[in-house]
Amino acid sequence: MAKKRKFKDGHYVDEAGQRKDHPIPKAKPSGGDAVDGATIRRLMAYIGRNYRFRFTAVVIFIIISSIVTALSSLFIGNVVDDFITPMLKQSHPNFGPLLHTVIVMGAVFAAGAVCNLLYNRIMVTISQGIQKDIRDEMFAKMQDLPIKYFDTHAYGDVMSRFTNDTDTLRQMLSIAIPMSFSALVSIVAVFVSMLVTSFVLTVLAVVCVALMIFVSGKITGMSAKFFIRQQNSLGVVDGYIEESMSGEKVIKVFNHEDASIADFDEKNEQLFRDAERANTYANILMPVMNNMSNLLYIIIAIVGALMMLSGRTALTLGGLIAFLNLTKSFSMPIGQISQQLNSVIMALAGAKRIFTLMDEMPEEDDGDVTLVNAIIRDGKLLEADHRTETWAWRMEDRAKNEIHYRKLEGAITLDHVDFEYEANKPILHDITIHGKPKQKIALVGSTGAGKTTITNLITHFYDIGHGQIRYDGIDITRIKKADLRRSFGLVLQETNLFTGTVADNIRYGNLNASDAEIRAAARLANADQFINLLPNGYNTVISGNGEGLSQGQAQLLAIARCAVADPPAMILDEATSSIDTRTESLVQAGMDKLMIGRTVFIIAHRLSTIRNADAIMVMDHGRIVERGTHDELIAKHGMYYQLYTGKLELE
Amino acid sequence: MIKKLSESIREYKRESLLSPLFVTLEVVMEIIIPILMARLIDRGLNRGDMRATWIYGLIMLAVACLSLVFGALAGKFCATASTGLAKNLRHDIYEKIQTFSFKNIDDFSTGSLVTRMTTDITNVQMAYMLLIRIAFRAPLMLIFALIMSLTINAKLSVYFLIAIPIMALGLGLIIKFAHPLFRKVFKIYDKLNTVVQENLRGIRVVKSYVRKDHEIGKFRSISGDVYDTFSKAEKLMALNSPLLQAVMYACMLIIAWLGAKFIVAGSLTTGELTSLITYIMMILMSLMMLSMIFTMLTIAQASAERIVEVLNTESALTNAADPIQTVKDGSIVFDNVNFSYADDPDKLSLLDVNLTIKSGETIGIIGGTGSAKSSLVQLIPRLYDATTGTVYVGGIDVKQIDMTVLRDQVSMVLQKNVLFAGTIADNLRWGNPKATDAELWRACEVACADEFIKEMPDGLNTMIEQGGANVSGGQKQRLCIARAVLAKPKILILDDSTSAVDTKTDAKIRQGLKDIIPGTTTLIIAQRISSIEDADRIVVMDGGRVADVGTSAELIERSDIYREVYDTQMQMKGGQVNGEEA
Repeated sequence: MAKKRKFKDGHYVDEAGQRKDHPIPKAKPSGGDAVDGATIRRLMAYIGRNYRFRFTAVVIFIIISSIVTALSSLFIGNVVDDFITPMLKQSHPNFGPLLHTVIVMGAVFAAGAVCNLLYNRIMVTISQGIQKDIRDEMFAKMQDLPIKYFDTHAYGDVMSRFTNDTDTLRQMLSIAIPMSFSALVSIVAVFVSMLVTSFVLTVLAVVCVALMIFVSGKITGMSAKFFIRQQNSLGVVDGYIEESMSGEKVIKVFNHEDASIADFDEKNEQLFRDAERANTYANILMPVMNNMSNLLYIIIAIVGALMMLSGRTALTLGGLIAFLNLTKSFSMPIGQISQQLNSVIMALAGAKRIFTLMDEMPEEDDGDVTLVNAIIRDGKLLEADHRTETWAWRMEDRAKNEIHYRKLEGAITLDHVDFEYEANKPILHDITIHGKPKQKIALVGSTGAGKTTITNLITHFYDIGHGQIRYDGIDITRIKKADLRRSFGLVLQETNLFTGTVADNIRYGNLNASDAEIRAAARLANADQFINLLPNGYNTVISGNGEGLSQGQAQLLAIARCAVADPPAMILDEATSSIDTRTESLVQAGMDKLMIGRTVFIIAHRLSTIRNADAIMVMDHGRIVERGTHDELIAKHGMYYQLYTGKLELE
Repeated sequence: MIKKLSESIREYKRESLLSPLFVTLEVVMEIIIPILMARLIDRGLNRGDMRATWIYGLIMLAVACLSLVFGALAGKFCATASTGLAKNLRHDIYEKIQTFSFKNIDDFSTGSLVTRMTTDITNVQMAYMLLIRIAFRAPLMLIFALIMSLTINAKLSVYFLIAIPIMALGLGLIIKFAHPLFRKVFKIYDKLNTVVQENLRGIRVVKSYVRKDHEIGKFRSISGDVYDTFSKAEKLMALNSPLLQAVMYACMLIIAWLGAKFIVAGSLTTGELTSLITYIMMILMSLMMLSMIFTMLTIAQASAERIVEVLNTESALTNAADPIQTVKDGSIVFDNVNFSYADDPDKLSLLDVNLTIKSGETIGIIGGTGSAKSSLVQLIPRLYDATTGTVYVGGIDVKQIDMTVLRDQVSMVLQKNVLFAGTIADNLRWGNPKATDAELWRACEVACADEFIKEMPDGLNTMIEQGGANVSGGQKQRLCIARAVLAKPKILILDDSTSAVDTKTDAKIRQGLKDIIPGTTTLIIAQRISSIEDADRIVVMDGGRVADVGTSAELIERSDIYREVYDTQMQMKGGQVNGEEA
């Protein structure tokens, strides 16, 4: 049973629905604590999908190689019996036949070695290929998960699935599968020989071996339990490291290194305990199996001797000795297989964690309305295959099999919207906003009032409880999420840049943007100046966390990124909070230009930046308490007036 | 490298020694068992002697039990030693990283450090497990079998002795070519981790710009790199097993041919030939084990190097040999300070900064985006070191002061500040673990945080959720200020930390600071003129240089930058006044 994650929605989410940097890891990672057949079947499906042919080849080569190995163990015995013994009786020994056999066997052995080489090399491409398939699939699946998943799972734990868990899986495929197969072939061969020699003793041997398998199953079960815990603990440790490194500055400023190390040690100790126990059981398995096979040897020897002495069987001394040797060959591969079981179990534990991620509910998307570029010809809206100034919603009427287009005007309306992140903890109450096309709508209010939540609803990151949100009259649930979001340019307080050059980061807004367009966007955002001062200008490589850039500079890049996207609508959530007022007034000119002809939702602490908004919504505790233009609200002498004149604190 | 790694064995030395000891004992038992088996057959079964059969059977049983116990103990010690080593290595690296400067962390990248602490350490753990268990077992078996085969027929044994150098050469070549590939693989793993991390942290941007396909493409190209390089490395390693098998088969053929000749010539018996083959098998089996160990070691070597790389990295920020344990006062001097994040004199963020701040002064810092305001103040608690020039605190070069002492005396409220899961009191006590509740309240009063805390259901014991999600931005900033005040520092730095607090409260906080920590040098970075207007002096930063220093009145006279900011903000204020009248 998969262990359900215990998280309280919204606990790790601020009003913005954004994660905060924080060096304390979140709740225990998910992953489940048992391995089941479904996991194995699913893994096999990966082999079946792309590697059926190669895998079949591997199995064939393994079988050939194992048969050659079996032949080699009989070879010397045959040489003695068939050639040496007869030759001893000859006065002039003829080495001819022996030479012949040696040459033939040489060829057989060579074939065996070649098969060995082939299956090992093919197995590499299979195991590496599957590793890549699983990674790629997991990454693609991850992209489809709802924001909530990212807000509530420790990043390092997810990263661990991409590395540690897929790694154990690959190791199992590349080592355990070939080993187990060749062991299986030997078992079958030996078993047949045993049956031929003595039925009674074979039954006895099988009973003993069954006991061995039972015991090894018990031990493996114990080690499996701890291997699964180990993989989960590894995820926790991974999560802790990732988070604490991201919050390292706060740790240093407060001399909190020792406390952080102590916290880490606690998690590290847990991982150690799980790994120690898992490996102890795994290590004990081999001596247990070895010595149980010794025990089996003794039992067979004594029982065989008793049988022989009693004279009631046809068993000869030679037969008994041969049987004893077979017993050894029989139990050895079983030991080998059970040894491999550990890596299999560990890999399955990893696989389970991988599949848990893959099976997370993706963001639902029932929308079929898409966003297209359009041109207007003869007063009619036509779809364009290139970038135009006009955007249109493409609506399919399935019943009539017709396609309608509606021009994107940017009228966004919220009708009596209620919302809660967590049951019975309502965040928004009865929000109604009737945005007209190309309006600049400002949301004002203290943190926690629900401003960012509104933007999260407009972009359909969350589903609303009650009410309706419409975009140009279309219910946004009918619009494909990707297209809905494509219509918005987003600039957030938390900037999030990606490793790459400055130009790459701006180009993120529009992958087809030319260098000239990127520069123009940077100039608009007033970022051009500082970029030119960077060591390699636009080609300066910045790391993901933007270390080396100031927070204000990162925000300027985010604005440029939005500008180059040239979206029909924009959401600016504290987009200039880290920019000084002087630069802001410079950026403001560019921003104003950028906002012309677009519907804009803007959230800002600095009321001066929203003064010219077409409509200002003053929010308090999830409700809109005042609305109007700046002048109207000032005249009203209400909450906005108090905020604006500094009589009321804006948090 | 091995020396460095072995330093982390520490409390697991006993287990690390006991494991090979018990492995040795186990091997001895395993060697005795076939001898007993032979006896059981020769003296018991062959002679039809039931008593001898029982006796040898029981002895064997006892030996098998011993072997089991030894083996199990070896396994247990081995598990403890290897996972213990891994634990200690993780601890050591984590501890090391805590001493790292931000430059060190940037140089490695977070993604890479995470890989090193998990994947790489796991590889080393596996290798160590093999080393103290199988690596003892295999040579012991090898030596024993060699001795036995040499006693049977030295002349014949010599032939397959030739096989050993051939195999060693083959293995050596494989490892030589595979090792650099494995190193490359782990480097690509670092990149993979970074891409995943950036996607996790920036998922809102990815989704908003609908860059799913772009990101998938990026990820695929990296996972493709992993596939290519890793496959190449593993294909090389895959030569190992067939090579071994080929040598083994060749030995067999040679022995069959020569053995037959020897037997016919009378210098060897059939029984001897059979035992010889058994021992050869043993030799080859142990060689196979050794080659398996080599494979693991090759991978682990690449990992171990990466671990040692971190352990051997000297933090760019270290304490002086005999650090000074006190900070005399809160004076700060920047003497010809240049600073570059890349430690490159051509890429300076701060240029020629000369600044003298007297103890107890209140200094305002203002300047445009990217004018290096934050960079300037981060040099004071040594979050970074000046590239050239010197920063003095209390008249002493900060590099000479013990870092903990320095940071205790320099309290900083960061621009990007964080509260931690725990109660409000817990969070405040980061500033001073020994603070009494009364002291906490006093600090909160100064930071204007007392009122809202009183309104909370549990007062100081109210739980702060992760990331401070249940307090507003302004509340958070005030708690962070209270936390910094509690440290009773000689220098207090506020980096844009009242931006979400209204002007009135802001002024009240500044007055409170003067009252509670009167002698403390206070540096205030702000975008609001009102926050710094009444500072003793104001530093105007521009493009990494100190453009001007003076009082507000002086700067209005002579600094264009300051005047411009002042005028814009006063205009806005004017707007507010007008609004009030309207």
